[in-house]
Parts: sequence; structure tokens; C-alpha cells
Amino acid sequence: MGGETLLKETGPREVFCGLTSIVWLHRRMPDAFFLVVGSRTCAHLIQSAAGVMIFAEPRFGTAILEERDLAGLADAHEELDRVVKNLLERRPEIRTLFLVGSCPSEVIKLDLARVAQRLNTVLKGKVTVLNYSGSGIETTFTQGEDGALKALIPLMPSSDQKQLLLVGTLANPVEDRLINLFKRLGIENVSSFPPRQSTNLPSIGSGTKVLLTQPYLGDTARELIAKGAEILKAPFPLGVEGSTLWMKAAADAFNIKSLLFESTVQPLILRAKKALESQKEKLQGKRIFLLPESQLEIPLARFLSRECGMELIEVGTPYLNKGLMGSELDLLPKNVRIVEGQHVENQLDRVRGEQPDLVVCGMGLANPLEAEGISTKWSIELVFSPIHGIDQATDLAELFARPLNRHQLLNHKQLTPA
Amino acid sequence: MELTLWTYEGPPHVGAMRIATSMEGVHYILHAPQGDTYADLLFTMIERRGKRPPVTYTTFQARDLGGDTAELVKHHIREAVERFKPKALLVGESCTAELIQDQPGSLASRMGLPMPTFSLELPAYSKKENWGASETFYQIVRGLLKNQKPEDSDFSSTKWKDEERNPKVNLLGPTLLGFRCRDDVLEIQKLLSEHGIDVNITAPLGASPSDVLELTKADLNICLYPEIAETTCTWLEKNFGIPFTQSIPIGVEGTKEFLKEVHEFLGMNEPNPKELEQKSRLTWYSQSVDSNYLTGKRVFIFGDGTHAIAAARVATEELGFEVVGLGTFSREMARQVRAAAKGLGLEAIITNDYLEVEKSIKETSPELVLGTQMERHSSKRLGIPCAVISTPIHVQDVPARYSPQMGWEGANVIFDDWVHPLMMGLEEHLIGMFRHDFEFIDGHQSHLGHLGGHQDKEELDELELNSGNENLAENIPIWTDEGKAELNKIPFFVRGKVRNNTEKYAKQAGCRKIDSETLYDAKSHFKA
Ligand code: SF4
Ligand code: SF4
Repeated sequence: MGGETLLKETGPREVFCGLTSIVWLHRRMPDAFFLVVGSRTCAHLIQSAAGVMIFAEPRFGTAILEERDLAGLADAHEELDRVVKNLLERRPEIRTLFLVGSCPSEVIKLDLARVAQRLNTVLKGKVTVLNYSGSGIETTFTQGEDGALKALIPLMPSSDQKQLLLVGTLANPVEDRLINLFKRLGIENVSSFPPRQSTNLPSIGSGTKVLLTQPYLGDTARELIAKGAEILKAPFPLGVEGSTLWMKAAADAFNIKSLLFESTVQPLILRAKKALESQKEKLQGKRIFLLPESQLEIPLARFLSRECGMELIEVGTPYLNKGLMGSELDLLPKNVRIVEGQHVENQLDRVRGEQPDLVVCGMGLANPLEAEGISTKWSIELVFSPIHGIDQATDLAELFARPLNRHQLLNHKQLTPA
Repeated sequence: MELTLWTYEGPPHVGAMRIATSMEGVHYILHAPQGDTYADLLFTMIERRGKRPPVTYTTFQARDLGGDTAELVKHHIREAVERFKPKALLVGESCTAELIQDQPGSLASRMGLPMPTFSLELPAYSKKENWGASETFYQIVRGLLKNQKPEDSDFSSTKWKDEERNPKVNLLGPTLLGFRCRDDVLEIQKLLSEHGIDVNITAPLGASPSDVLELTKADLNICLYPEIAETTCTWLEKNFGIPFTQSIPIGVEGTKEFLKEVHEFLGMNEPNPKELEQKSRLTWYSQSVDSNYLTGKRVFIFGDGTHAIAAARVATEELGFEVVGLGTFSREMARQVRAAAKGLGLEAIITNDYLEVEKSIKETSPELVLGTQMERHSSKRLGIPCAVISTPIHVQDVPARYSPQMGWEGANVIFDDWVHPLMMGLEEHLIGMFRHDFEFIDGHQSHLGHLGGHQDKEELDELELNSGNENLAENIPIWTDEGKAELNKIPFFVRGKVRNNTEKYAKQAGCRKIDSETLYDAKSHFKA
């Protein structure tokens, strides 16, 4: 590991809970429905985070607990059965139903695993019912995806065939591109998890080599290992360097000749590095502060410092999985301040003290910082955007350059809005 | 248990946040898990606030639950008080904390804090956002004023005359995340000052705890938004004798009535109604010949109680529209909305389910929808023009320009906001007509044609005509291909109405099939 400084902080946090992952998970698997069992707060959170993505009828909803559900748990089970029955009648195209636990359902100890089991018996395979927790007392933001994927693993067929499995939600075009590149390397058998159809699960077994596409999948990784898979050690596929090392890990695991690897990847690298130059010019020497939210902070920091020449002031992360993050930490510059957890007030004091050029933060904090004259980038945007792979490196850098450009363009003065 | 895909109102603690954030010098300690911090973005994104809401979330985690969460609460209170030095402190809990029963409010009250501290009990499993806002505002006002004894027990709204000063009133109810509150306050201040009436205190928006102490110096309370302020106004009347207004100054008639009521209360001579008539352009714009085509436009209205009722009145009395649907998501206002709907010969729609609202929009096939941001989405999908008149709102409903809903200028804004989407509708029709001309550039679309990028194929299909057999049983007449072709020649913005009328006529007349003749029969039937 590099000489980074690992600190821990506790206090009031300003982060999304795991329910928020539903916003991208439901788009990835259009035949699945995410039913949160929770409160009006949970419903309001998801609709506020989903913001512009309101469909005629979304494939997520909340079974809102009411006073009488709290009074008797037996009735709550019956009520949930009724809600599920109505929902499935209304949405016959749904193949997989995720019952998503929330803080209230956990505090009252509503056993969703049992409910799922019972419903599966009743539904006899027409719809598969699964459960996981996206509660804010246990999960932060992207960890919801970790839970959802973990819940799917028991349904994966086993097979010992040699295959490469990409784990973590990717934008569809990026996924296609990566699979195509692996094919060029001669790795033919590549699947993704989560799949685009919830019923189309890839197999798993001792021949499975896993590349994680996202850094927040600790529980999923552990479960895949238990099924015999091997998690390939690599940085995450962000930026040219990370993506190259990530692909190299697969190439090595599949004994791909380095000549073929180099001849396939080098042209991409050259092209990407050239394109990256113009963004690098804008980012070079600029100081960035990443607030904790998505767990993407460390890989992003690695990319921004090594490939874009940015100076890292502080890298926050809601949770640090040193096992999965090992290859990333090795690449970080010496003495970078990495802070796990949060005390949002103290952290903002540090932001103000440091006056960075750019802050990566949640949506609630962005405008207040902008009003103080500090440019921001929403962390949630990085979860939604197609940023993975060598070819996307420039786009990724551009996401950070954009607010800086604008800042310059407007010749920022300290605004004092109402 | 209720299945909710989307909700018009947030939980009650979000209402409390609206009060705390609207006021100055108030801090809110919210015992809540980390995810509940999402509520900050409502203020910083939708309202574009440049300041964080004054809220400290205790963000307890599962591992804290085994231990001493009460100590955690006290720790956060101490820290927040130290850092923010508020003039008044609100302490409450969100849905999850309500279940753990730490009673943060009473914990705080035993900490010997130097500022007035209010414990909020907002039942998260039965109440909603507006109720939470109303209750919080009431708790603050009552808490700060309960020890103030009315100086003279014979309060009179006309004592300003003896004291030889201008009469002064409080404006109660405006909040952040309300509908156009920022501009309404300015407009009403202006309106009142034109009549020599001063504003004593505006609250909660912009008021500090010390301002609240001054509330009792007013001669009259203006209850601008009953959803938020009625409880408080009632309490102030009961305890200090200060009466409050009932009329809502929306539309020309509403504003006239409001002025009349205010003048009566204050013992002033009523302004000349003829002069008032000229104050807003709405009156003349609506009379002008161009507005002829507005006559009988079918409009569907859904929103909070106050705005929905006011909109129905403006629509019918001032613009000559026909209201074909009226409803609210607010159970607290259900009685009033029912009464208003009944007056229009309608049955009110009281629901928190946007799909039910969308269904009734489809059924009534209006030419204009006045609703919340959700009705804007539904209308986009249905291809019906829409204007937003009520919360919940989106970022575009907090315009940069001055655009009140209340008072004279509010009436001007209403005319523009409601009539322009209709113009667009007409334009849309013209585009349709010229589509086949070679000059026509495809891709030119008004905002209606854009459909927000999420047009649902099935949604549009549902609008299609009955041609399936399943309808036979229900005795619903079937459209022949020839009838359909004829219907499609009718401009889209009246097509829904024609279709409904024709089907109604066919049913009455016992026709099983609708062809072009049935269409013309129906047309003459309804004209006759
Ligand atoms: S169209 Fe976009 S901006 Fe308008 S209300 Fe919908 S999500 Fe908000
Ligand atoms: S933090 Fe808990 S209560 Fe709040 S929205 Fe998330 S799951 Fe629901």
C-alpha cells in the first residue's frame, strides 16, 4: 500500500441510503420490480432522487407502513401479501420482485426473507420473490446494489465452465464495448451480472473469473467466492490506467498472450491518452476534495491524480473495504488524506479552510457550496454516467472539467443568493 | 399498508423542515437515519437555495441501536447548539426514530438549553407534509407566545384609529417549497400598502423567533395559505382575539373579495369595486375578442385545496372555461373541495394516487390541465396542455422572474400561464395540418410534442379506440375503421371531446357500431 493516511470520522452524515440504488437497478433489469417496504419517507426519498426519471408507472414503489401495520405484525404480513398480489396482477410482465427492507421494516423486525419464501411457494415460479435491505441504518447509497446482487446469487445456475463475469451495473453501451474488447482478446465467454433480464442469470462456478466493475460490491464478491469464483485483483476500470490494468487482469487469468493484449489495447490507450490531453490541461494542478457517498471516490481520486494531474486534498469514502480497494490504494500518491465515515460539519469546515477548486458531493450540498464560490460535481452523476473503460476516460475527465470551465466562464464572484 | 408509486406529499417532518428552513435563527434536530438527509436537496435543488437547511440529522446506524441512542441524540444537540447558536430549537424525529422511542424532545428539554426548545411530535405513520408544517408553525407560535398575556382583553381590529397609525396585519403561511410564496408575499404587501395597510410580520417565511413575539401587535391576521396557517390563526384568535381572513386573493374576483374583507375587518371604507376592476389586465384580456376561443374550454384541476378551489373559480368566472374535473390530494381540505366541486356539478377527486388522477384526466378528456408537477407529466404523456398551479413543484416552477399567483399581478400571471399552453395547442394543430408541406421541417415541436423523452408506448395505445371484442359484453359501441378514419380528421385538441360525445350518443341511441354517420349524428345531436 502507498503511504496514504487513513482516518476515521463519525458524526452527522449527509449521504443517501441504499434504497437509492433502485434508481439505476430498475433500469438495468426492466423485468424486475423493486418494492420497498417502508415509510412515506422512503417513498419520498426515491422519488426525490429519481427526480426527472418519472415514468408512466415506475417499476419501483413503496408499501407504506401505516399505524395499524405497526400494531400487529401478523397483519403486516397479510397486508404485504395483499399489496404484492395486487401489484403482480397489475404488472403481469414482472418476473422478479425484490422486497427491499428499510429502516422501519428492520426496526420492527419484519422478516422479509420469510415473506419472500412464503410468496415464492404461492407464486410457484411465475414470479421470483427476493429480498435485501436498502435501509439507511445499514447501507449507504451504492451498497443497495451490493444487497440486490447478493440476493440474486443463489438463483444463478452452477457451471464450472471457464468464463469471465463482469459484476456491477454498467451502462449498456459501455458493457457492449467491453465485452467486444474481451472477445478481441480471445475471451469469448463473457457475461454480466446483473444481467439485462432478471431471469437471464449467468452461471457461476469454479471456472468463473470475476472482474468487479464497481467498487462497492463487497458482500457480492464474498458470496461469489463462496460459489467457487475467483475475484481478479485489479484497480477498477476508470481511466486509461485503471481500465488497462483491469483488462490485463482478465487477460492474464485467461492466459492471453501479452503480444495480443498489447496489440489490441495499445491503439486504444494511445487514442485515449491523446484525447485526454485537452482535459488534462484544464485539470492539471487543480485541487479537489471528494466528500463520501458512492465509494467511487478512491478510484476516481486515483484517476484524477495520476492521469489528470489533480491535487487530492481529501478523499472521503462512506466505507473502506481494504481488500477490494487494495490495488487502488497502492496507486494513490503518498500521504493522501483518506477519510472513512463522515462528520459533515467538520468536513465542510475543512472544505472552507482549503478552498479547493472542485468538490465532489451529494445533491443537498452542491448549491450551498456553489453559493460560497466553490465549484461542485454531483457524486450521483458519476454513478449514472457511462464512465467505465479506456474509451470513456476522456468523458470521465470532462465531467470534472465542465464545472471548472463554467466557473471560469462566469468569472465567479461570491454569490449571495436568497 | 398502502402501495405508493409516487406521493404528492412527503412525510410530516419534511413539513417541519419547511418551517425551520423558512425562518431565521431556528435550528431543527432531527433524530433520523442517514438516508433521510435527502430532504436537503428539496431545498437546495428545487428552490435553488444557496444555504443548507438548518437541520442536524442524528444519522444513527444499526450498530447504535443496541447502545445508547439517547446519549447520541444529546451529543448531537450539544454540538449543534454550540455550532449554530440558534434562537430557538426544534427537536423531533422521523419515521424510524419514532419507532425507537428515544423521545428526543423531552431529552432536550431536560438539558437546560439557553434557548426556547420545542418538541415536535409528528406521527409519521398517519400524517403528511402539510400537516407537519402546520403543526410545527403552530407549536412555535404557541410556544413563544403562550406566556404573553393579552395586554387589554378587549382587542379591537379598529384600535389603529385611536392610536392614530396605519392599520397593520400579519401575513401568515408562506413557506419555502410552497407555491410561488416568495412572490405572493411581495404582491400582497404591495396590494395592502396601496390601501394604506402596513404589514406587521410575515411568517414563517423570513421570520425570526423575536418576530414571532411581535405577532400580537397586529390588528388582523391574513391567512394566506390555510394549509399551513389556519391552525395558528385560530389559536391567535382564541387567545388574543385577533381575527383572520378567509378569502384567498387569487384571481381578480378573489382579490376584490379579499380587499373587501380586509377593509371590513379593519373598519375602513371599502375601495370602489369599479376601480379595482381595472387593476389587473386579466379582466380586459379575457374580454378581448382574441379570447373568444377560450369559451367553454374544458379544464381539469387538481392540486392542494386552496389553489385548486381558487383555480376553479378563476377558470369559470373569469376565463369562461368549463371545469370538468376538480380534486385534491389533501385530506384536510377534502370537505371544502367537495363543496366547490358540488357547486360545479362535479364529484371531487380526493386521492393521493396520481394514477387515479391520470385516469380521470383521460376520462374527462380536458383541453387544459391545471395541476401539480405530476399532472404536468401525466398531461405530457396524454398530449394535453398543462399549467402548474400547486405544489408539489419542480425546479422549473420556481421561476427567476417575478411571478406571483396572488393579487393583481398574480391574475396577470395566471392569464399568461394558463392561456399560453392552449396557444401552443393551437400551434400544434397547425403543425399537424402543414406536416405534409415540403417547407415543413420535421422535428420542429412545441414542448407538448416533446413528451419528456419518456413517452410510453402502452400509454398511447390505451388512448386508442375500442375495437376489441371484449367491449361487446359491456355494451360499449365499437368504432368501425371508417368511423376511426373520420375521427382522425378532427383536430387533435377537440378529438377527445368529440370521441366522448359520440360514444355517449351512440350508447344512448343504442348504436352498436360507430361509423362516420354516427359521428355526424352525434355532432348535430349535441349542437341541437
Ligand atoms: S419535465 Fe423534467 S423538469 Fe419538467 S417537471 Fe418533469 S422532470 Fe421536472
Ligand atoms: S434512511 Fe431509512 S427511513 Fe430513510 S429513506 Fe432510507 S430506508 Fe427509508
